[in-house]
Amino acid sequence: MQSAITVRELTKKYEEGTAGTLALRGINLDVHPGELLMLMGPSGSGKTTLLSIMGCILTATSGSVRVSGREVVGLSEKQLPALRLEHIGFVFQGFNLFPTLTAGENVELMLDLKGVSAAKARRRSQELLEQVGLAEKYSSFPSDLSGGQKQRVAIARALAGDPSIILADEPTAALDSHTGRNVMEMMSDLAHKRNRAVVIVTHDSRVLNFADRIVRIEDGAIAVGEMEAVHPGMLLQNTPLGVEGQV
Amino acid sequence: MPPLAQRNLFHDKVRLTVTLTGIVFSVVLIVVQLGLFLGFTTATSNLIDHSNADLWITSKNVPYVEQGVAFSERKLNQVRAVPGVGDAQKLIARWTQWKRHDGGQDSVQIVGLNVDATMERPWNLVEGRVEDLKTPDAVILDELYKQKLGVTSVGEVFEIGGHRARVVGFTRGIRSFTTSPYVFTTFKNAQNFANLREDQTMFILVNIAPGANLEQVRRALLANVKDVEVYTTAEFSRMTTFYWMFTTGAGVAVLIAAVLGLVVGFVVVAQTIYATTVDHIREFGTLKAMGAPNSYVYKVIMKQAAIAAVMGYVLGMIVSVFVVHGSQKGGAAILMPPQMAIGMFFLTLLMCVGAALVSINKVTRIDPAMVFKG
Repeated sequence: MQSAITVRELTKKYEEGTAGTLALRGINLDVHPGELLMLMGPSGSGKTTLLSIMGCILTATSGSVRVSGREVVGLSEKQLPALRLEHIGFVFQGFNLFPTLTAGENVELMLDLKGVSAAKARRRSQELLEQVGLAEKYSSFPSDLSGGQKQRVAIARALAGDPSIILADEPTAALDSHTGRNVMEMMSDLAHKRNRAVVIVTHDSRVLNFADRIVRIEDGAIAVGEMEAVHPGMLLQNTPLGVEGQV
Repeated sequence: MPPLAQRNLFHDKVRLTVTLTGIVFSVVLIVVQLGLFLGFTTATSNLIDHSNADLWITSKNVPYVEQGVAFSERKLNQVRAVPGVGDAQKLIARWTQWKRHDGGQDSVQIVGLNVDATMERPWNLVEGRVEDLKTPDAVILDELYKQKLGVTSVGEVFEIGGHRARVVGFTRGIRSFTTSPYVFTTFKNAQNFANLREDQTMFILVNIAPGANLEQVRRALLANVKDVEVYTTAEFSRMTTFYWMFTTGAGVAVLIAAVLGLVVGFVVVAQTIYATTVDHIREFGTLKAMGAPNSYVYKVIMKQAAIAAVMGYVLGMIVSVFVVHGSQKGGAAILMPPQMAIGMFFLTLLMCVGAALVSINKVTRIDPAMVFKG
């Protein structure tokens, strides 16, 4: 099976004056369609940097990153937005909804970026909100929604672009456990029922049982030997490229 | 596109009010200053522009109409003898003193003309007729200056340059650029009022004969009439306007105020649009993270600026119309021809869009990775 994301010997160095900080060092990772992968690790370990590079938001210093088969390292900053738009959907910790737009319009914005006509976008937006259980909230502004509802709108927005990859940064951090669980069920469905590659950065131990695979990052590298099989049948592997677990 | 620009703009009512106030202030300031400039410009050359003459003959080196120097009226015959001259009339335009009933004096500009000629007749009469000037000591002045000169109605008698003068009519909107109102009278009366000798005139106005070439007639006049300058009406009008507006610095001051209006408007609008952009910077970062190209984000900011420009322009023009209307009865007219109103729209748009470029610079440098921070 072709990986949705393939990362090889990835390094990222942040330049600060004459010195620099090596945020990622030699990362190797594959994320497959239909898989829910969690990136864990202490603050500053480099997991969000890795997520940003896989999401074509940050550029790598060296190595290779292939997104849906396309090499993204070396692409210019003008080429990256188009790639994000086509292949990647984001879900953020702070929801990042547009407060002046209604829930429906937030979803339509993504469709507008994809060039969908206003009438079609409106229909599609209603369908997506229905799928996340918020059909009646189409005209509600984010300030009138609960945290869980906001995150579900954000998921609907991420899905609006019909991406093959969903990247989520701490999607449950701002939610109570019950709501967080609902959101994770939704993310799990995206991976397992809709065959999306889902990568989640999280500190939230309550949601680990949703993972097909957990990759622990420490000091900018994958921590070998600290992988956990969560689902029954998950197989841990040490490979020459790092550590992988498969269902 | 979902209405992001409109919503961002209307979301913060206080900021919107500040933005619109800045634009309105700028629009009104520019309209008033440019309108004053136009009003002054029109007033400086009023007499020349309404003369219906083709050519103006003056003494040597007369830079503007108020600086006319008397010369022998015998030159009138020499002028009339030049081929291509259709009609030629003497004209006096000179400062003299008007004595009010209360004994106070005011400077006026006497305009002495031939009532039977077609050139340089008082216009926009609201009371009396030009022909009434044929009656003894008759004068016509503008209703704007009634109070200044102590006039209440037709028929009143005053003293000009020590001679009796009787008001026989009023015009409307004939302003003088200087503080001295125009007082129209016959050529003969003007000689008395201005203390000129009987054989002196200050200008000769010429209408060329049908089919004659203006430049050829001008050259012929210069060749045949000694010690005079011959200007086309447009040329003399420009010279007079240039003198008052630029040599005296009056016009420059008004233009500088207009430019200041533009600068103040630009700064206020730039600052408020920038503040709005900074307020929404995380959203623009999210847009970029979602895959929006910079051009999409620019469009949102530009749309925001354009909406503010249209609203500010409409409100600014409403205020300006009241100001312009109110000025018509004052000493200094503010003019706003349709071309200026249209031009102001584009200037406002340019100002707001230009101001938005400051914000665009900020947005261009947004790191979309900011969306992962908190």
